[in-house]
Amino acid sequence: MTDQSDFAPTRPALKRSFFQTLELDTRLLGMIGAFIFVAVVFNILTDGRFLTPRNIFNLTIQTASVAIMATGMVFVIVTRHIDLSVGAILAACSALMAMVQVRWLPGIVGLEIGHWAIPWIAIASGLVLGTLIGALNGWLIGYQMVPAFIVTLGGFLIWRNVGWYMTAGQTIGPLDQTFMSFGGINGTLGGPLSWALGVTAIVFTTVMIFRARRTKLSHGFPVKPMWAEVMLALIACAAIAGFIAILTNYAVPERVVARDPTQFGCEVAEGCTPVYGLPISVLLLIAIAAAMTVIARRTRFGRYIFATGGNPDAAELSGINTRLLTVKIFALMGALCALAAVVASSRLANHSNDLGTLDELRVIAAAVIGGTALSGGIGTIYGAILGALIMQSLQSGMAMVGIDAPLQNIVVGAVLVFAVWIDIQYRKRTGLK
Amino acid sequence: MTQPLVEMRNISISFGGVQAVDDVSITLYPGEVVGLLGHNGAGKSTLIKILSGAYRMDSGEIFVNGRRVAINSPRDARNHNIETIYQTLALADNLDAASNLFLGRELTTPLGFVDDGKMEAETRKIMARLNPNFRKLNEPVSALSGGQRQSVAIARAVYFNARILIMDEPTAALGVHETAMVAELIQELKKQGLGIFLISHDTREMMALCDRVAVMKNGQMVGTERVEDVTEDDILSMIIMGKNPRAA
Repeated sequence: MTDQSDFAPTRPALKRSFFQTLELDTRLLGMIGAFIFVAVVFNILTDGRFLTPRNIFNLTIQTASVAIMATGMVFVIVTRHIDLSVGAILAACSALMAMVQVRWLPGIVGLEIGHWAIPWIAIASGLVLGTLIGALNGWLIGYQMVPAFIVTLGGFLIWRNVGWYMTAGQTIGPLDQTFMSFGGINGTLGGPLSWALGVTAIVFTTVMIFRARRTKLSHGFPVKPMWAEVMLALIACAAIAGFIAILTNYAVPERVVARDPTQFGCEVAEGCTPVYGLPISVLLLIAIAAAMTVIARRTRFGRYIFATGGNPDAAELSGINTRLLTVKIFALMGALCALAAVVASSRLANHSNDLGTLDELRVIAAAVIGGTALSGGIGTIYGAILGALIMQSLQSGMAMVGIDAPLQNIVVGAVLVFAVWIDIQYRKRTGLK
Repeated sequence: MTQPLVEMRNISISFGGVQAVDDVSITLYPGEVVGLLGHNGAGKSTLIKILSGAYRMDSGEIFVNGRRVAINSPRDARNHNIETIYQTLALADNLDAASNLFLGRELTTPLGFVDDGKMEAETRKIMARLNPNFRKLNEPVSALSGGQRQSVAIARAVYFNARILIMDEPTAALGVHETAMVAELIQELKKQGLGIFLISHDTREMMALCDRVAVMKNGQMVGTERVEDVTEDDILSMIIMGKNPRAA
């Protein structure tokens, strides 16, 4: 009845239930349900501390780095590969970017600390390194036929330690001010800008929903009833508005305002009540998610990724260059690791060599919990992001409740296996492979 | 006689010491159906995969419309209007019919994005002609029956104005009714002047559908005969003995 692939909207054969008429992916609903369940349970256990604007804000910035990489991991897993080296690539890119902005540009090139170009040169160098490492992985896998598991297992050992040599094992910081605005609390849009963005998103979403309907009608395809379209649009708009409302309800603490009121657009601290609003790291994640979704659904590159995952032989016989495709997918994964490195290192305000340790497992788990099938051909970007959010909620929720660290890991591990088991049962029920 | 549509001359290919196709030549004329017969492992599929670009021959020459061509990839073959319906159908099970039909040749919007609406509309059109009962346009092809999957694979070959069509066991997975439909389609395509290579194990079916049959054994060509010149028994003995009884 439904499928997780990006190309098959629900189209019930016989009786149309409420959800079927809305043409919502039941798996998506299931994941949102699971997320709400986790959130409510922790909210009760923490006496209402879990669902505060402050904690939700923290959750989003903690999720961003893993979620950014998880969107790339979807493409990797959909084509039946795996990437065990993403945490190590993140560390190598972070090391390079930290050295470029803290040591090399000011020390060797002689740019003043705080020069406007420093963060951008650093980010560009990280992106280049990440893309090159990814492309190398992809070349070894696609053209040299070394299994992805082995190539990236090697990379897991190699790249973090290449980073170690770049920094001589030292923690590098403090990072550039502009660079750190990608990290979360140091870079937020504030109230008015967050709302401006939210309203833009609401208008855009509504226009897209009704434009899609018009396109379908122009081809004479069946469409869902008007009330269903309107309801979907309302739900989407309410979700966006709610998200922005929560984030703009997180007020900047008074002592932070008192330290430097001008930073928040006030002359004196008295009567100044700024809010954080949407973090730039989350904005980056949303932009990446949108771009990756467009790639998956609307480009040949995305179509070939899913075709290759569904049937590699068929893809090749259709004239698709599956080897070059593999290089592109891993290069994209590497670039996303670099962006995740920007977010992760700037959140901590410095680069340390253990940055992103075990992230490969979190990223794979996020993609898999989000419905990406290791057998290939199936996966969604929004699923992976939701998966990352569920994992992070579990982790920080348990930390807030005060559960022992070992038990936290046991629970997260069990949830991963349980989620995949549920998925398999669901597919059996609905007759999907 | 008219110029052959395809001429394959002295084709050889080996895989790790096994001579899969050994110095085989074959021709195909416009509006003609040539059947390839032989045991499993006789080299039929291998020969045909050289023409469709899936394998690269070790030696030999291929002429299309009298011009020598190099076919190094499935894309090359498609550029020479050679379309193939593989025995395995070569469908991506997780994609819908339209995505499969246009796989590798997607229609795009002016901005370069894939135009799913247009592809679905085109798929509806061709399906209405090939298989009017086809309704499941928005489901992955894994949800389709064998016959429906086959019609997607056929639609893919026919849609792009093939001049040369290769059909590898097109009816192996089909019921009686669908087999008859494929036979009908072959007759129609023949009338349009296409040349068709047909691979099958079913000698009787081949006698009915083909103009000429070519029999292979152990990678070599046993012989090519016009169907009206031979009996089913002649063909069978060619397949089994590897000898042409009429030549003896």
